[in-house]
Amino acid sequence: MKIQILGTGCPKCIKLTENAEQAAREKGVEFEIEKVSDINKIMELGVMFTPGLAIDGQVKSVGKVLSVEEIKKML
Amino acid sequence: MKDRYKFLIVLGIFAIAYFIPIESIKVQKAILESFYMLQDYAQKHVLLCLIPAFFIAGAISVFVSQASVMKYLGPLANRFLSYSVASISGTILAVCSCTVLPLFAGIYRMGAGIGPATAFLYSGPAINVLAIALSAKVLGWQIGLARAIGSIAFAYIIGLLMSFIFRNDDMEKKKVQMVMPFDEPVLKLWQQVVYMASMIGILVFANWAKPQIEEGVWIFIYNIKWYLTGFFALIFTYTYIKWLKARWFIVLIGALAVIILAIYPGYPQLSFSVGIVFLIYSGKISSDMTKTWIESTWSFTLMILPLLFGGVLVAGFLLGMPGMNNGIIPNEWVARLVGGNSLWANIFASVIGALMYFATLTEVPIVQGLIGSGMGKGPALALLLAGPALSLPNMIVIRTILGTKKAFVFFSIVIILSTIAGMVFGWITS
Repeated sequence: MKIQILGTGCPKCIKLTENAEQAAREKGVEFEIEKVSDINKIMELGVMFTPGLAIDGQVKSVGKVLSVEEIKKML
Repeated sequence: MKDRYKFLIVLGIFAIAYFIPIESIKVQKAILESFYMLQDYAQKHVLLCLIPAFFIAGAISVFVSQASVMKYLGPLANRFLSYSVASISGTILAVCSCTVLPLFAGIYRMGAGIGPATAFLYSGPAINVLAIALSAKVLGWQIGLARAIGSIAFAYIIGLLMSFIFRNDDMEKKKVQMVMPFDEPVLKLWQQVVYMASMIGILVFANWAKPQIEEGVWIFIYNIKWYLTGFFALIFTYTYIKWLKARWFIVLIGALAVIILAIYPGYPQLSFSVGIVFLIYSGKISSDMTKTWIESTWSFTLMILPLLFGGVLVAGFLLGMPGMNNGIIPNEWVARLVGGNSLWANIFASVIGALMYFATLTEVPIVQGLIGSGMGKGPALALLLAGPALSLPNMIVIRTILGTKKAFVFFSIVIILSTIAGMVFGWITS
């Protein structure tokens, strides 16, 4: 499973990355996390409210720091 | 942050600590001065001005639906509306520069195009509620107001110029659908307006400065300012319990404590602090809405306050307290470069402002220090207008989005317009 964090590197994106890692680990799925910080790549996914979260190329949430519980439900 | 940047920071701090001529009287004075300046901010600006502004910024990011704003900036939006919304939506959308750039790129590539996008890019960082509140409080309401109005007017002009110059732009629009935040707004529009207005009322009247001329309506408002603040606080308390489902019992205890402390011993800052403590506590234990609000307020505070205090220390060290000549940089230098209201001073201020990176709000103490060291009012406004929208690092990102030619035209327009505005403002106020 590929988890992408979309954001230019503000504190919120870092928080979201941490939460996503924890959620995936608690869920016990195999995963890799990719931080997408190139703004043009973020645009290609249609995201303009950062931080965004995409799972397997599908955007699941934008403009919000999701909690660990919320991410678990999406995985 | 990448490790090599962290290393550079560590190296820089080490080099300063190693080489600073601490025995020199001038350096000692400047260090002392930077702490005087920090204390001045802590005493005068934090409790009554910054903290309410943080709560407002937090409320905006939680309760105001960003998607509702983007509706007016989509590819099919009415042109007049899209320029207007782009120019003023910075108050709602952008509180830190890291949210401005993705929104700008999105409006440009997926939405209303280069005009509204550059209008937003320009006005966004300058007209957010924190920036206006602090500039008005520290630098005087004239500059605060001129900054807000100037930014909105300029956003229009810049957007229109950009879309005129590049009217034959053949960049193909991305056929990507914008992904909107999914959640429904928790408050109705009029409720959002009343809720924000009650807090803005508290912010404005609690900070109402004593007018220089002791007559007329200004002094009258000044004399009753705490009653007005209290009036807005009552509206706020009511809506906080009623709409946000705050636990009324705790809120009432808090309100009572604030009122009693306001009567005796009558220190506004004490009442305010107690009120804030109760607000945070009741928010933490009430509903999900209040909890997210407190959390987002906290994350703004954590992001901005340390940088601001750092900026105040640096400004104090380099430039000294206003009116003194105790900073490391002699006042004559500042006066020579940006004193008065010459064309050269205004150009210089605009260019420096455009290149330098100001973390959110740090432009305020720096401009304050510069004015105190002899900078003219015109160049000060020029710096404030060119400053927050541009910096060397974000110029690089803007270039990757717009391409070299458009980016260069954008930078030039900003610098030229800021210079003109500085000249005009300097001429009006002198």
